[in-house]
Amino acid sequence: MTVSSTASEQPVGAALRTADRPSYSVGPFALTLPALLLLLLLFVLPLGRLFALSFEGGSLAWYEKALTGGLYTTILFRTFEIAAIVTVCCLVIGYPVAFLLATTTPMWRAVGFAFVMLPLWTSVLVRTYAWMVLLGRNGIINRILIDSGFMEQPLPMLNSRMAVILGMVHVMLPFMILPIYSAVTRIDPDLPKAARGLGASGLRIVTTIYLPLTLRGIVAGVTLVFVVSLGFYITPALLGGGKVLMFAMVIEQQVREFLAWNFAGALSVILLAVTLFVFWLLNQGVERRLGE
Amino acid sequence: MSNDSAPGVAAQAGRLDIEGASKSFGEVTALADVTLGLSAGEFVTILGPSGSGKTTLLKVIAGFEAADAGRIMVDGSDVTDLDPAQRNIGMVFQNYALFPHMTVARNVGYPLAMRRMPKAEIAKRVAEALEMVELVGMAERLPKQLSGGQQQRVALARATVFQPRLLLLDEPFGALDRKLREQMQLEVRRLQRRLGLTTLFITHDQEEALVMSDRIAVMDKGRLQQVGLPHEVYEAPANPFIADFIGESNILTGVVEARSDDVVRVRLERGPMIQVAGQRDLSARAGQRVRVMVRPERFVDLAAGSAPQAVNRIDGSVTESAYIGVSDKYRIATPEGLDILVRLPSGSSSRRYQTGESIATGFHAADARLIEVE
Repeated sequence: MTVSSTASEQPVGAALRTADRPSYSVGPFALTLPALLLLLLLFVLPLGRLFALSFEGGSLAWYEKALTGGLYTTILFRTFEIAAIVTVCCLVIGYPVAFLLATTTPMWRAVGFAFVMLPLWTSVLVRTYAWMVLLGRNGIINRILIDSGFMEQPLPMLNSRMAVILGMVHVMLPFMILPIYSAVTRIDPDLPKAARGLGASGLRIVTTIYLPLTLRGIVAGVTLVFVVSLGFYITPALLGGGKVLMFAMVIEQQVREFLAWNFAGALSVILLAVTLFVFWLLNQGVERRLGE
Repeated sequence: MSNDSAPGVAAQAGRLDIEGASKSFGEVTALADVTLGLSAGEFVTILGPSGSGKTTLLKVIAGFEAADAGRIMVDGSDVTDLDPAQRNIGMVFQNYALFPHMTVARNVGYPLAMRRMPKAEIAKRVAEALEMVELVGMAERLPKQLSGGQQQRVALARATVFQPRLLLLDEPFGALDRKLREQMQLEVRRLQRRLGLTTLFITHDQEEALVMSDRIAVMDKGRLQQVGLPHEVYEAPANPFIADFIGESNILTGVVEARSDDVVRVRLERGPMIQVAGQRDLSARAGQRVRVMVRPERFVDLAAGSAPQAVNRIDGSVTESAYIGVSDKYRIATPEGLDILVRLPSGSSSRRYQTGESIATGFHAADARLIEVE
């Protein structure tokens, strides 16, 4: 390989790496101690306890029950399906919103952010009840449809998969928008300009510049939304009216109604394991894509 | 003189005409009726301080900004309303704007891919372009793995590989250290000549402008102040702003006492009577207030034995002195209150003055220039 530029020039990356190298000391570690203790006490310990319960007596009987017979695996599969649909909906709706927020004027950005963030400051429960008010048999939407003569009978919107997905997308949308927004703002505004000047159409600027450069943001948003959706409880419980069973609801049922802690433990471990696997898979994919 | 493109190169160089371009942002006037023509293959520099509107002018030509009034013509056809993608203009951005997720080869090939050129053809042209900017072997690297100078060359290759009709350079050397910058200046000029590319270059660095340009257009407050050959702009600045902005200058105020065909006598406000060579472009009558410019390096040391006698003599004492290498730089105060900057050649034959010493300097009538008549 012939390198024909001035030898004294140092690659920019190398200079940065040496400058950025942090020095380790005990101080920063000590600062994380309270958080670590809290996590240990409230998260790792109970989880370990559940884990132990699921194997109580050294038997795998609870796992056998969960994974055979088809009922629980079907619910697990449906849970994945709903989480995937919610994630795709959030991405399709969220990307353009994030893009607009990142590229619009400061005034519109402030307005847009207010609309994105406001729901985040409201309790999930309140937002879910709001959807019930909207979608119910005598809810606002049905009343408008009937009063205006579009419908004779109220549409059965509540207590359906559609309602669950609608509610979950609404709750999860900010978690998709924020990481993508942050990725778009990190793009040098000269890049799309340069691409345009070099002959790229609007669509090709999106596919060749914006999408690849916001991939990390997309993956962060997708991971966040998908993983949180897998364990969703309140929204599907209220908007699904018991007709749409998600895995977290099954676990809750086992604990609350049957006091079957061992079985609930096994179900929890299964959900956690599958979630971690998906998480790992998504990360793998990105590293391969971005590492090339 | 500069219109002959290099032989053997399929140059597409075009003629650029900026006709009455105006643009304001709210109250701020960025461009005020700018008219400028570049003939095919010419290298013209827009020189101005920051905020002078030069970058706005470039954006208007590239199509990233729409002018409020005026037209942009390339080869006689109006491109004012064309999308930047349709203009076929190559541009090198201040920070290069290389696509960080693409290799050097994909960066350079980008404009060709956007033109849906076959892959084999793209590979061939990219290889040629990389050879031209001496980056053979760097094709598979990412921009962040390159030094500043190498990134600059990639940007240059990307802006020229699709044979644009025009090349725009927006302060491309700002981030480079001095030595590399001088090297790149020569390289860019060589490449531009070889491709015969009509080029508009933007800088606030007057030295860079003088070194590189066929012509210089000095811009301030959205207006073109003067357009001319480098030596014209330096030797005969059209107004005090240009005299001050390009190079160092002493600007002396006085009143015309008498004039003949080839010499104007000026009584300085705070100083002696001086003689200024007559100019065709400025006619001054007796009694008019004028400003006279003298470049610091045109002064001579009257005490030096070998120095030619100058018509205009200024005596004073040194208030500051600095050794610059090629010259000694002095600030001189005269008893009448003039404050003058003087550069005398350094070397074994000339003596150095210390602060506080008295000094006798002078300049020829031909080295003084009327730059403003009231």
